[in-house]
Amino acid sequence: MKTKVPSKWLLYLSALAILALPSLSVAQESHIGKWTGHADSGKQLYRRFCIGCHGPRGDGQGENAPYVTPQPRNFVAATFKCRSTVTGMLPTDEDLYNSITRVFNTTNMPSWEPLTEQQRADLVAYIKTFSERWKTEKPGTPIEVPAETPVTLESINHGKELFQKLECWKCHGPEGRGDGPSASTLTDSNDQPIRPYNFSEGTRFKCGTTNHDLYKIFITGLDGTPMPSFADVIKPNEAWDLVHYLRTLQVSRKGPENDILKAHGGAAKAADKSGK
Amino acid sequence: MRSKHVFMAGVAVLAASAMAIAAPSGGTISGRVTYTGTPAKQKPIDMSKEPSCAKQYTTPPVSETVVTGEGNSLHNVVVYISAGAPDGASAPVQTVTFAQKGCRYIPHVAVLQVNQELKVVNDDQTSHNIHPLAKLNREWNKSQPPGSPAITEKFEKEEFIPVKCNIHPWMHGTFAVLKTTHYAVTADNGGFTLPNLPPGKYTITAWHESYGTQTQDVTITGSETKSVDFVFKAKAY
Repeated sequence: MKTKVPSKWLLYLSALAILALPSLSVAQESHIGKWTGHADSGKQLYRRFCIGCHGPRGDGQGENAPYVTPQPRNFVAATFKCRSTVTGMLPTDEDLYNSITRVFNTTNMPSWEPLTEQQRADLVAYIKTFSERWKTEKPGTPIEVPAETPVTLESINHGKELFQKLECWKCHGPEGRGDGPSASTLTDSNDQPIRPYNFSEGTRFKCGTTNHDLYKIFITGLDGTPMPSFADVIKPNEAWDLVHYLRTLQVSRKGPENDILKAHGGAAKAADKSGK
Repeated sequence: MRSKHVFMAGVAVLAASAMAIAAPSGGTISGRVTYTGTPAKQKPIDMSKEPSCAKQYTTPPVSETVVTGEGNSLHNVVVYISAGAPDGASAPVQTVTFAQKGCRYIPHVAVLQVNQELKVVNDDQTSHNIHPLAKLNREWNKSQPPGSPAITEKFEKEEFIPVKCNIHPWMHGTFAVLKTTHYAVTADNGGFTLPNLPPGKYTITAWHESYGTQTQDVTITGSETKSVDFVFKAKAY
């Protein structure tokens, strides 16, 4: 047939295109410490472990999604709660790796620590292929967290002052029970109802368990939720005071903050200067 | 009503609109935005949970999802050139101020050009969080307690971004981020004017937060004024 020549060219061109593909996927990597994750390997793992909730397209619309609250993360939107980066910025590879490794407290997301470090790094690489944002934007640089200041009664009391001044209680409630005046009206960015964290209920947060994690939570904000960033309104050292006070709201938690408070009568006093 | 035209000679050359240089005054598109039917009744806002704001009003303010005026005019409609004119070359130096006052947004609809500086100020005695629910731009969320410095931000992509305060759920507004330098926001009698248009074929878009968008094509040949009106169908709910 006369069309043989053009079809040959077509074959040649498509062969070229296929050859060019691997060079594109090289960019789909993750770097966590000494581990380099690869999206190709991550895809296999994703299809085995993640697809049920997060869906084949990564949009959080997996088979199980209708039965899951809060909704599975939508990787296409690329908005993430747990980050070390400034509000609005993409998380680092390490942030995503930590999210896969950690248990997301009060959600259906389990810990994937049983997977090897390499496998989790591969998953991070694959998750980043769902959104164009990873091609056009760089992840933010992690915020600087200064060394923790000593846990003292003064620090706790000053933290309480901040809790009142910054009006954390509007959502989290005067005693951190998640029952503030605005609590009942809160919605996330998908218009789904969302509850503010109830400090009295446990010791874990969605984004971690340590004081360092707690510091990051209110400085970076939890993007996609009503929890804003306080980076511009809290001084770095004052932020530790707020961390220390917030720990005392976790009344059943064993730690230096509650020990110190107990030794001093059991209640933090914001207006320390007004005398006793 | 606001309108402006930042004229950049360099861009005009690049955009091959040599006519614009010869006739910087150009043509004008003007008209009115009105509605037919009965708009939903705006409900009084219950600010009792925020006494510092509630006490600023003798009668409770009403929501602003549909604001109307005399002669069935529709306010807070962004009328802009969505096709035909070259995009603004660089962000204008003026800053757009977006104030939180009495637990409301002023203006309710803030128009920004791509990469134009936005300044968010808190005039209230209460904390607000500014949360633009962007889809194309970055979605950020910042706390702004009373007395804190202004927040400056900018948006890189054209988008109508709903903005809200999660603490005060009645606070809703829009950041209208546009590529064009030709735009107006309707007020008073619903009128708008887009001046200084070089000859060409333009698409005019009118956007309203509750009633959606409408477009019309207009051709400007000289320094004439073309009249274009938009009529939105009001929804009663």
